[in-house]
Amino acid sequence: MTTPMPLVRTLPGAVPAWQETVSREDLRSLCLTQKERGARLVSLWGSDEGEENFDLHLALAVQGGLCWLRVPLPTHDPTYPALDDVFANANRLQRATQDLLGLLAQGAAEGRPWLRHNAWPVDRFPLRKGEEGQAYPLLEQKPYPFVTVSGQGVHEIPVGPVHAGIIEPGHFRFSVVGERVLRLDTQLGYTHKGIEKRAESLAPTELIHLAGRVSGDSTVAGAWATAQALESILGRQVPERAEWLRALWLERERLVNHLGDLGYLCNDVGLSAGFSLFWALKETALRTHEGLVGHRYLYDQILLGGVAQGLTVRDCQSLREECATLEREVHRLQDLLQEHAGVQDRYLNTGQVTPALAARLGLVGLAGRASAQAWDLRVSCPTVPYAQAEVRMATRTQGDVAARVAVRFDEIFESLRLIRYFIEYLPPGPSLWDALPPPRAGVGVGWVEGWRGEVFVALELGAQGQVRRWHPEDVSMSNWPVLEHAVQGNIVPDFPLINKSFNLSYSGQDG
Amino acid sequence: MANILNEILRHGVRSESFSWPQADLETWQQALWQRFGRALVIRHVDAGSCNGCELEIHALNAPQYNLTGLGLRFSASPRHADLLLVTGPVSRHMEEALRRTYAALPEPRWVVAVGDCGHDGGVFGKSYACLGGVSQVVPVDVVVVGCPPTPLQLLEGIWRAVTSARGSILPRPE
Repeated sequence: MTTPMPLVRTLPGAVPAWQETVSREDLRSLCLTQKERGARLVSLWGSDEGEENFDLHLALAVQGGLCWLRVPLPTHDPTYPALDDVFANANRLQRATQDLLGLLAQGAAEGRPWLRHNAWPVDRFPLRKGEEGQAYPLLEQKPYPFVTVSGQGVHEIPVGPVHAGIIEPGHFRFSVVGERVLRLDTQLGYTHKGIEKRAESLAPTELIHLAGRVSGDSTVAGAWATAQALESILGRQVPERAEWLRALWLERERLVNHLGDLGYLCNDVGLSAGFSLFWALKETALRTHEGLVGHRYLYDQILLGGVAQGLTVRDCQSLREECATLEREVHRLQDLLQEHAGVQDRYLNTGQVTPALAARLGLVGLAGRASAQAWDLRVSCPTVPYAQAEVRMATRTQGDVAARVAVRFDEIFESLRLIRYFIEYLPPGPSLWDALPPPRAGVGVGWVEGWRGEVFVALELGAQGQVRRWHPEDVSMSNWPVLEHAVQGNIVPDFPLINKSFNLSYSGQDG
Repeated sequence: MANILNEILRHGVRSESFSWPQADLETWQQALWQRFGRALVIRHVDAGSCNGCELEIHALNAPQYNLTGLGLRFSASPRHADLLLVTGPVSRHMEEALRRTYAALPEPRWVVAVGDCGHDGGVFGKSYACLGGVSQVVPVDVVVVGCPPTPLQLLEGIWRAVTSARGSILPRPE
């Protein structure tokens, strides 16, 4: 079989990426070839290119970088061959693209809507250029066709969208026998806010502000990825000090989120003392952020062309001291959890995703690394400070809750090392562009390893520098389906624990 | 077990005393006592938030804030709650769920809208997917603006809802 050789264009910027245009006839064979070579699907989306055609877009992680495929589809027949049998995570991406833009994946395994509930009709597509983005008349809510399981003693437990805890909304439908989960079917999309349409009315600087709120717990990752895409299009490098400070904030974000998750992972097995001890640490770290930059979660610290604030020598000293305290305290808590038989009993073999299953389903990010999927952009495509700092990737092979806990501990210690490294070797100079370059048309990508996993951004600017298309992809979109497999055979009371061990974003996947 | 006790003892009491004036604390306690028979039970609804406000609501549960000491508790069901804490610009896909959750609260009930989004849609605005604020769907007693508002601002908003006139918007602090 010959591999089609399309036109290749290298994209400038921090992320090693190139763009190719392929015909829809060649798409499947190209994807199959790439899959054989070890590529995985990062994102799939569409764009309305005006009168003549739509474009289908795919982002593939390949050896050495990111390959952006652009597939023109004629307006009168916006269809393409389905790819969910090649890349498992294409399933929901295809359905989301159908809901928002009306590009149909022919031969797909399922045709249920994904992001569309009742806010817009089946024959209207909010992301098309003719649509104004205004409210459609509200439709009657139709029940989602959940997959049912039949058999003696099987019953269903519906959960959500409003959950018992303080978490984001989504619906989980469990089919159980007694306490055991036979199947979980998930319906998300409740927090769909139309951010991609919203972006098209924003100036580039406002876009970064929005990008920091795609998933509020990953504000640094989201804003940085969008900043990368914008800076790539504008064709200007960011001051080196700014890149180092961005990496510093990204590691701080990883640190506070992991601390909070470990607290909840104690809480969900009834170890409330562990919850309090971890959350006392997290709260202290958040207050440090407030003292340093005036925001507990580092919102709006990433700006176009740099960061909002520099760090003084005294700031660096206090961060260094906090690293030492945290390292000591987290080690003590790790020992505490490891020695606690009750905790270990709940963690071990719970919610297991074997490496083979993880590979087949395309599990990535933190949860992927706990199932031996060794992807970490800080290692595979390191940008400025990471290349030098040589990140040690945390991986486990067991793929259970215990493994996801262990990866979090490893990553906390590695982040603490990185934070100290970044402070130690922080280059001098400005940390923000002194003026914005003139607007420019073009395409660019951003790709950042957030605490949960990768955040990808594809961006296209028009001739006046206006946003033509912005598509952010949180790793949650790819990882949510794996949760359905992870809970099979487990008991219902372990679901909150398993769910927390993944801690995927609802808002980030709903868009 | 001994290790856990050791660790708890080593850390001591982490809860902090409040900077509220004594008179305010007394008003608070009186209101709780008169209206709720001691404790105020809160139900949280995420109506399309980015999860930022949720982070701060979680943070309220950090030991520093001593939530139960103040007579506050989060409930798993709206039927046990006095106050609804609503975040997000209200995505149209959450409109019905928010309405039903509100309806499930027994009277008297209070609603606190949280965040710039809960106030007027914030960065997400009003669109085919967002209604642009909690008051578009349910009556709101107090709005706590901020992106996200801090735990102390949240507490102040809850305090305001329970002790004073309805319809106030807490000013954005410096």
